[in-house]
Amino acid sequence: MRTYQYLKPTSLAEVLELLKHYGPKAKIVAGGTDVMIQWKKKLLSPDYFISLRNVPELNFISYRGDLRIGSATTHRTLELSPEIRNNFPVIRDAVSGLGSVQVRNSATIGGNLCNAAPSADTAPPMLVLDTEVKIVSADGERSVPVRDFFKGPGRTVLEPGELVRELCVPEPLPNTGMAYWKHTRRKAMDLPILGVAVLMSFGEDLKTCVKARIGLGVAAPVPMRVRAAEEFLEGKVVDEIVLNEAGEMASEQARPRSTIRGSEWYRREMIRVLVKRTGLMCQERAKGEGRS
Amino acid sequence: MKQTLRFTVNGHPVQVEVEPHWNLLRVLREELDLTGAKQGCGEGECGACTVLVNGAPVNSCIYPVLEAENKVVLTIEGLLGEKNELHPLQVAFLEKAGVQCGFCTPGMIMSAKALLDQNPAPTADEIRHALAGNMCRCTGYVQIVESVLHAADLMSRRTAQEPV
Repeated sequence: MRTYQYLKPTSLAEVLELLKHYGPKAKIVAGGTDVMIQWKKKLLSPDYFISLRNVPELNFISYRGDLRIGSATTHRTLELSPEIRNNFPVIRDAVSGLGSVQVRNSATIGGNLCNAAPSADTAPPMLVLDTEVKIVSADGERSVPVRDFFKGPGRTVLEPGELVRELCVPEPLPNTGMAYWKHTRRKAMDLPILGVAVLMSFGEDLKTCVKARIGLGVAAPVPMRVRAAEEFLEGKVVDEIVLNEAGEMASEQARPRSTIRGSEWYRREMIRVLVKRTGLMCQERAKGEGRS
Repeated sequence: MKQTLRFTVNGHPVQVEVEPHWNLLRVLREELDLTGAKQGCGEGECGACTVLVNGAPVNSCIYPVLEAENKVVLTIEGLLGEKNELHPLQVAFLEKAGVQCGFCTPGMIMSAKALLDQNPAPTADEIRHALAGNMCRCTGYVQIVESVLHAADLMSRRTAQEPV
């Protein structure tokens, strides 16, 4: 009979010890909305699952200007957090559109990132927020910028025995607007054809862009930043024409594929449109009260 | 090897021997004979298996049963009142024709229950957002949304009538 042992550690130290002890025989499971389906489809068959659901050190939101999110925090917890809603609407946009309420009650942000699907909804927001990924193992810890975290579809920089502990998001500058646009055919229970996150910080005039970040999902084998378009925007008075030009640059830099959800030319066309549209949302949000 | 699992189902403490790889839905249906929750896709897409764990809706078909240890699980069977009277959501689904073939109904009602617990007077949009993870292949969505609106109305009237 195909089965496994299901281990439920209650502290991070215990998780790391189990990981080290069982090595490749073990697989981490957080919410299980990806991993348990992979098990059912026989894509993986570990002897041991190590559950993160009962580890309080991995399940928290800490907001003090900057933001820290434990890797096993569910999308639903993030969706309902007033700190996230008021201060990091780009995260709220992404987590509230992922799966269903049922999925969001189980699925975690760390799981979404570590599963490393090109379509991961939380990746573009984490990219534009300059997030640092804190990684731990029984032997120590390290920090990797999220833009270096993904290595390919389903692959990350995580080494055997390593685990993402938390995501550290620095405090945004004043007058910052941020938004994520999930381009889908259906309003729910769908993977994005494209995911576009934009963050822009403005000067006192609320027009001159002092910092720009553009993060794209499903535009390349891994979630990507578009540095050229970001640099183009920085220092400019932002309007629709300027944003359109940034969108064109993003479209050129992207390496989308033709898949069942959309063809390459369509994705390129929509990157241009959506970078502009999401940029305009940023501007609106930066002007609005607070950052939401 | 089987393990002993204790949790609460529909208000009753239960103890059951489970294989570690079983999911919650299997244990509810095949060990505890609670066949209200249905297996649809088996992948967390369709919501037919929706039950509440500590008040939150989850897809029980991909919920590892050992995570239910010491938790409180509510299924459609647990909505009946003390004298076997129907829950207002069940009444509303009957009165507003929210049930066609019935396969999605237990999941729909459990998602709706979780919504009304948090938000007793939701808008139609809020209902659609909350039920987005529940598919109805008869496509009777309009009546389902009307049923939940009607249930909210029935429950608010019931609350208003309760002696203070």
